[in-house]
Amino acid sequence: MHFLYTVLIDPFVQIAGDPRFFVEVLTGGLLTGVMYSLVALGFVIIYKASRVFNFAQGTMVLFAALMLVGQMEMGAPAWLALGTTCGVMVGLAFAVERLVLRPMVNQSEIILFMATLGISFFLEGLGQLMWGGDVHTLELGIPSGPLTLGGILVNKLDLVGAAVAGLLVTALALFFRWTSVGRVLRAVADDHQAALSVGVPLKVVWVIVWTMAGLVALVAGIMWGSSLGVQFSLSLVALKALPVLILGGFTSVPGAIVGGLIVGATEKVGEVFWGPALGGAVENWFAYLLALIFLLFRPQGLFGERIIERV
Amino acid sequence: MFYREAGEFKTSYAADQAIFPIAQDRIALVVLVLAAYVGVPLIANGYWLDAILIPFLVYSLAALGLNILTGYAGQVSLGTGGFMAVGAFSAYKLAIGFPHLNVVLVIVIAGLIAAAVGIVFGVPSLRIKGFYLAVATLAAQFFLVWLFNRVPWFTNYSSSGVISAPLRAVFGRVYITGAEASSVDKYLFALTTVSLLALAAKNMVRCATGRAWMAIRDMDIAAEIIGIRPLATKLTAFAVSSFYVGVAGALWAFVYTGTVEPLAFDVERSFQILFMIIIGGLGSILGSFLGAAFVVLVPVLLSNAPGFLGLSIRVATVTNLQSIIFGALIVFFLVVEPNGLARLWQVGKEKLRLWPFPY
Repeated sequence: MHFLYTVLIDPFVQIAGDPRFFVEVLTGGLLTGVMYSLVALGFVIIYKASRVFNFAQGTMVLFAALMLVGQMEMGAPAWLALGTTCGVMVGLAFAVERLVLRPMVNQSEIILFMATLGISFFLEGLGQLMWGGDVHTLELGIPSGPLTLGGILVNKLDLVGAAVAGLLVTALALFFRWTSVGRVLRAVADDHQAALSVGVPLKVVWVIVWTMAGLVALVAGIMWGSSLGVQFSLSLVALKALPVLILGGFTSVPGAIVGGLIVGATEKVGEVFWGPALGGAVENWFAYLLALIFLLFRPQGLFGERIIERV
Repeated sequence: MFYREAGEFKTSYAADQAIFPIAQDRIALVVLVLAAYVGVPLIANGYWLDAILIPFLVYSLAALGLNILTGYAGQVSLGTGGFMAVGAFSAYKLAIGFPHLNVVLVIVIAGLIAAAVGIVFGVPSLRIKGFYLAVATLAAQFFLVWLFNRVPWFTNYSSSGVISAPLRAVFGRVYITGAEASSVDKYLFALTTVSLLALAAKNMVRCATGRAWMAIRDMDIAAEIIGIRPLATKLTAFAVSSFYVGVAGALWAFVYTGTVEPLAFDVERSFQILFMIIIGGLGSILGSFLGAAFVVLVPVLLSNAPGFLGLSIRVATVTNLQSIIFGALIVFFLVVEPNGLARLWQVGKEKLRLWPFPY
């Protein structure tokens, strides 16, 4: 009885008793959720255009952040370090296309997924071999610290993160909608075969999407690195982005954002109000359970393409 | 191989349907089993048994279980670690709660409990497919490991959360778990378990159940139309797979490491076992063993290689290099032979049939 009370009634009593605290928790959750979306975006971009479930996205975040912070620790100015890191991510896209994707054309999705796991191992080792496995602090002059907004306490860094994510999504949406490259990417996402037959070079498309995912990873790496420090555990953020993905749908950019918001909010609210009753650290699986229950009713996620099966 | 079936005439259906229809294959198998049972304990030392052969056997069993689910029934699962944890912790609770229960029975019941949990987490597979399912099974992984970490009842209220497996004997004084157990006994027990379960799996995938799994894997709607019930088929796949994985988890805790801890069954373990079946070969019993051997042996080789070459490298560097080489090897193998080592073995055998006269 006591357990049922702490699970079913007590959290609501708490929420009703201190609505401001609840709003604070909710805001914090939503802002963290936006940061998850940043990682999920990279997944979506690649999956949309090449049907590759890129598990290495999390490691790419770590790798980009390590490249950046490593160079800055050696004394390079921020703009130079940013420039070379972008260069490295583009190089990585070319290497992945040439060495991994091209030889594996026409393989089944699971094989490609395993290959990205291989890439993930590779990058993890390479990044730490070059820059060491310690925790690096990333100082790019992004404001951080608490800020009171309308009586609610928020972290400045989270606000910046939300703004950056908003900008990025707008930019991506405009890019997909209005540029010729964007049109090509949408065509490929729509139908590989048809795109090929009207002369879209798939190899170039792959390089473009991996480059874009690499740059998104860099942005995510900067934001996450500024808040947590650049360290190995950064690559585990990918595991937080997966429920975001299945909630939003693998192929939808807005889905990644909405999914991130849902996951971030429920996770924090669950942890703060239900966590103590269940023994704490429910953050780790709460989002997954939510996504699982959600998928039972909508197997393609919120915004995913309707799954049409043919025999 | 360089021998073939010419001149071997089958006189019964049973002989025709044998797992190894060629006499030479059967002889080779008998030799292999004899070597594993008699030769290895005579030759191998404690390091080889404890650090390589026993983990290899345990991993093979887990890979076999996942291969039934992913390779034969086509349901990608990333929850292997969670199901292993279920096996390990149920075996521990049973062994402590019923001290007179034979350890074999304990492990079998632990496997059955894991199968039940597998069925529960397999229910979503009826609606969710492909990568959505793979991510959804991560829910099982994180939830189960969290459960064993947080609920003190599972660890018998131990303060550290790490508990050691109790001393148990199969019969008489042949101890297979606990500190006093000898490596040889543990090895023989693991070998027997794995051999029996592998034989069972081989027969299962050859019979109606296995054919139903493969039909569901290849195209589930078409399978449904020809009268295969997806509910029963997918759930049996989850149950059988989780049974194998659960037994592997129990062996991991009792026979291999001797300790039961949730950390051993985290998401890395799930990925590791998925690697084994992809590198070994999806939908192949032999592939599970080859993949397990690869994943167990390559890191051992990589960590010993600098010593052989006379180089002295810092430990952290070695770990990072290992990770790089391992990642590169995975990509390399997938590029060269996406169907795994089992396929390579098959191709090799077909080449050898004609050798040395290829026409």
